Amino acid sequence: MPDAYVLGGNRIPFARSHGAYAQIGNREMLTAAIDGLVARYGLAHQEVGEVAAGAVLKHSRDFNLTREAVLGSALAPTTPAYDVQQACATGMEAVWGLSNKIRLGQLDSAIAGGADTASDAPIVVSEGLRRRILELARARSLPQRLAAAVKVRPGDLKPQAPDTAEPRTGLSMGEHQAVTTAAWGIDRTAQDELALASHRGLADAYDRGFFDDLVTGFRGLARDGNLRPDTSLEKLGKLAPVFGRSLQEEASMTAGNSTPLTDGAATVLLGSPDWAAEHGLTPLARVVDAQVAAVDFVTGEEGLLMAPVYAVSRLLDRLDLGFADIDYFEIHEAFAATVLCALAAWESEEFCRERLGREAPLGAVDRSKLNVNGSSLAAGHPFAATGGRIVATLAKQLHAASAESGRPQRGLISVCAAGGLGVAMVLEADAAAG
Amino acid sequence: MTDSYARLINTPVGARAARALGLPRPSELRRYRPGADALPGREVLVLGDAGTDSLAAGLLARGCSVYRHPEPRAAYAAVVADFTAAQDPADLQRTALDLGHALKGLAAHGRIVVLGRPGAPEDEPGLAAARAGVVGLMRSVAHEVRRGATCNALLLADGVEPGSDDAAGPLAFLLSTRSAYVNGQPLTVRAGGASRPTPTGPRGPDRRGDRGGAGIGAAIVRRLSRDGARVLLVDVPAAGEALAAVANEVGGVALQLDITAADAGRRIAEVAGARLGPIDVFVHNAGITRDKLLANMDEARWASVIAVNLSAQLAINRQLLESGELGAAPRFVSLASTSGIAGNRGQSNYAASKAGIIGMVAAEAERFAAAGGTVNAVAPGFIETEMTRAMPAVTREVARRLNSLQQGGVPDDVAQAVGFLASDAAGGVTGQTLRVCGQSMVGA
Repeated sequence: MPDAYVLGGNRIPFARSHGAYAQIGNREMLTAAIDGLVARYGLAHQEVGEVAAGAVLKHSRDFNLTREAVLGSALAPTTPAYDVQQACATGMEAVWGLSNKIRLGQLDSAIAGGADTASDAPIVVSEGLRRRILELARARSLPQRLAAAVKVRPGDLKPQAPDTAEPRTGLSMGEHQAVTTAAWGIDRTAQDELALASHRGLADAYDRGFFDDLVTGFRGLARDGNLRPDTSLEKLGKLAPVFGRSLQEEASMTAGNSTPLTDGAATVLLGSPDWAAEHGLTPLARVVDAQVAAVDFVTGEEGLLMAPVYAVSRLLDRLDLGFADIDYFEIHEAFAATVLCALAAWESEEFCRERLGREAPLGAVDRSKLNVNGSSLAAGHPFAATGGRIVATLAKQLHAASAESGRPQRGLISVCAAGGLGVAMVLEADAAAG
Repeated sequence: MTDSYARLINTPVGARAARALGLPRPSELRRYRPGADALPGREVLVLGDAGTDSLAAGLLARGCSVYRHPEPRAAYAAVVADFTAAQDPADLQRTALDLGHALKGLAAHGRIVVLGRPGAPEDEPGLAAARAGVVGLMRSVAHEVRRGATCNALLLADGVEPGSDDAAGPLAFLLSTRSAYVNGQPLTVRAGGASRPTPTGPRGPDRRGDRGGAGIGAAIVRRLSRDGARVLLVDVPAAGEALAAVANEVGGVALQLDITAADAGRRIAEVAGARLGPIDVFVHNAGITRDKLLANMDEARWASVIAVNLSAQLAINRQLLESGELGAAPRFVSLASTSGIAGNRGQSNYAASKAGIIGMVAAEAERFAAAGGTVNAVAPGFIETEMTRAMPAVTREVARRLNSLQQGGVPDDVAQAVGFLASDAAGGVTGQTLRVCGQSMVGA
C-alpha cells in the first residue's frame, strides 16, 4: 500500500470577520488559497487527483463549493472535487479522506482544504416565510395563491443569521466551554498564558520566514489580522470575561483567550511518494493514521469540546504510542480553556481510568512541544480552514526538525468540533528517508 | 497604458494641428507580434566596404533583397552601414554621405544599423577618433530619422567580422520589430559567443518589482515563457498574490522569498534545481524606490534601496555561480535604469543602486565567461506602467516626450531586450548595459 504524504500547503492570511475580507465569500477565498498552492508547486493547468474542501457557514448556492473553486482556479478544469463538512473538523476530515484514497491507490495526488467566512454568512428567511413561499409555489389558482400569501405574518419577515449555538442545547460554544472550564477548575492566568504563547509563537514564526511557503498574501493582508505580536499578560488580564458569567464560578474566558470569528481559507497538497518525485517535490510528513470521536454533551455527560480527548487516546492506543513518542503537539485552540481541559484530562488518573478506560493516565504534554508556531488564538479560526492550517504547519515543522536532528519526528493533532465531535491525527517525518 | 496625446496626433485632424503648431508627432511604433517579426520590407541597403560581401550573403540567406548603392527614389526597409574598416576620420565620409542619400528612401519603421569597432586604450589617436566618431554619427542619425525608424550601432570587437555568426544575432535583433524602442544605442559584440553550446531553452527566476501583473516583471515572465522558458518567479511574501497570478498564467513556480536574506541565492538554486533543473537564464528585476532629496535622506530609505536593488544581486550572483545549479551557458540580465546613467533629482539612492548595476555587470563579465555565460543589464527609460501612471501629469508628459521617438515605451519593449540578451543570439554580448529608452535625452 502506498503511503500518503503532506507535500505542502497554502493558506491566505486569516482576517477578523468584517475586516479585510468583509466583501469576499468562501468560494473566492478558497480559490485564492488553491491558486497560491498551485503557483507554489508549479501545478498550473495540471490535473490533480481530487480536491476536497468545505465550509461550515455555507450558502445554499455554494452546494458545489469546492468544484466551483477548482473551476475558477488555475488547476485543469478536469480536476474532480467534492464538498466535505464536519464542523470545525472539516479540514481534518478532508485531509483524512483524501489520504486514505491515496493509500488505497485510488488517487496519486489531492488537495484538501476549507474556507469559512463569518462576514459573508448566509442569512435565511424565517421558517414561517419559507413554508409560505413553498406553499405559494405549489398553488395552482389565484385563490390558492392569495390564501397562501395572506398567511405570511409580519414576524415571518425577520431574517435569520446563523450563530454558534448548538441546536440541541441552545448554548453557544463559549457557554458550553465555560461549563467545562469551571468543572476542570481552569484558572484565568493559565488561559491568558496560553493565549500569549500562541501570539508569541505565531509572530516569531512569521519573523523567521517560517510561513513564507505556507501563506500567500491576499487583498493587502500579508499576516493574520488577529495576530497581536505585542500583547502581554497585563493586556490580556485587563479583558472582561465574556463567557460563563451566569455560572457560580468566577468567569475566566475573555475575547483574548477565546478565538474570534474569522474569515480565511487553507489548503494542503497531498500525494504519493511517486507523484512527489515526478514533480520534484519533497514529501514533508506521512499521514500515519487518524481517529474521530463524539461525546454526549446534550445530557451534560461530557463537555461539548472534549471529544478529541477520547479520539487521541484511541488513536495512540491503536498505534501503540504514548506522549513520550510525540515530538510536536498541535491542539486546536478553540478556546485556551479547551486546550487546558484536554491537558488536565490526559493527566487525570481518574478521568483516564473512568472515561478513557486506561490503566494509567496519558500524562503531561511537554508545553515546549505544544503549538510551537502559534495556533488559533493568534491566527484566528475560520472553522473549515483550521484543519488545513494545522496539518500544513505541523508537516513543515516536523520535516524541518527531522532534517535538523537527523531523526524521525512525530506529531499529534487534536481538533474539537461542534456537535461534540473531535478528530485526532498523527503525522510523521523522516527527512533522511526523503 | 494610454498615451492619449499620441493617439490624438495619429488622427488626420490631430496630425494637421500638430504640424501647424510644431508639436511633437510621435509615430505609433511597429512592435513584435508573433509572425510579424520582420522588417517593413525586404529591401536592405548595405553600405561600406569591408566585410560587406559576407554580410550581404547573410541577409540574402534571411530572404532579404540586398542593394549595394543608394538609388535615387528607391525605398529601403533597412540600411546597414559598415564603418569597421575606418582607420582615420577621413575614412568615414563616403559611407556617411551614402547613408545620408539613403535616408529619404527609408521606410516608416525602417532600421539603420551602423557597424563600427569599439575603442581601446591602446588605439592610435587617429584610429580612436574614427571609431568614436562612428558612435556620434549613429546617435545623430537616430535623432534625425522619423516615422518610427531607429538607428543603432554594433561595435564589433577585433576578430568579429560583419558577416560572422557572432554579429548575426545582435544584427537580427536590431533589424527586427523586437527592438522598436531601442534607438541611438551602441552595443559591443565580442568573438566566440555564438560557438558556445546552445542552452536547452531559457528558464530562470525573475524578481518582480511591479505588482498587478501589468508591469515590467510580468512582461519579462511572459516573454521568457513564450520563448520556451519554464519560469521560477521570486518576490517578497507581501507581493505573493500578484506573484501567484503571473506564475499560474505561465505555468511557472512562485517562490516567496526576501531576496535580501543572506542565503537567498542558495535557496533559489535549491528550489530551481529540484523543480526545474539547471538555471539557464536569471533576470534580476529588483526595484524599489524610496525617493527623497539627499539633504532629507534617512538611513532606512538609503539602506533598503541599496540592499534590494544592488547588494542582493551581488550576493545572489555569487551564490548562484558557486551553486552548481547553472546551465552550460547561463545568461544573467539585470534591470538598470536611465536614472543610473543620468542621475535624477530626489533619487540619489536609486541612481546609486542602478549605476551600481551597470558597474556590476561590467565587472562580472569575466567571471561569467569562465562559467560559459554572459551577464548584462537593460536600462529602461520612460516605460508606461502603473508606476509611471502615478506620476504627476505634467512631469509624466515631459518625461514621455523627452526622447527621439517622442513617446514612452511599453513593458514588452524592455522584455524583448531582456529576451534578446537571454537568448543564444546574444552570446557575444556581455558586461554591457543596453538602454531601452527611445534615445532618451537624459544621460545621452
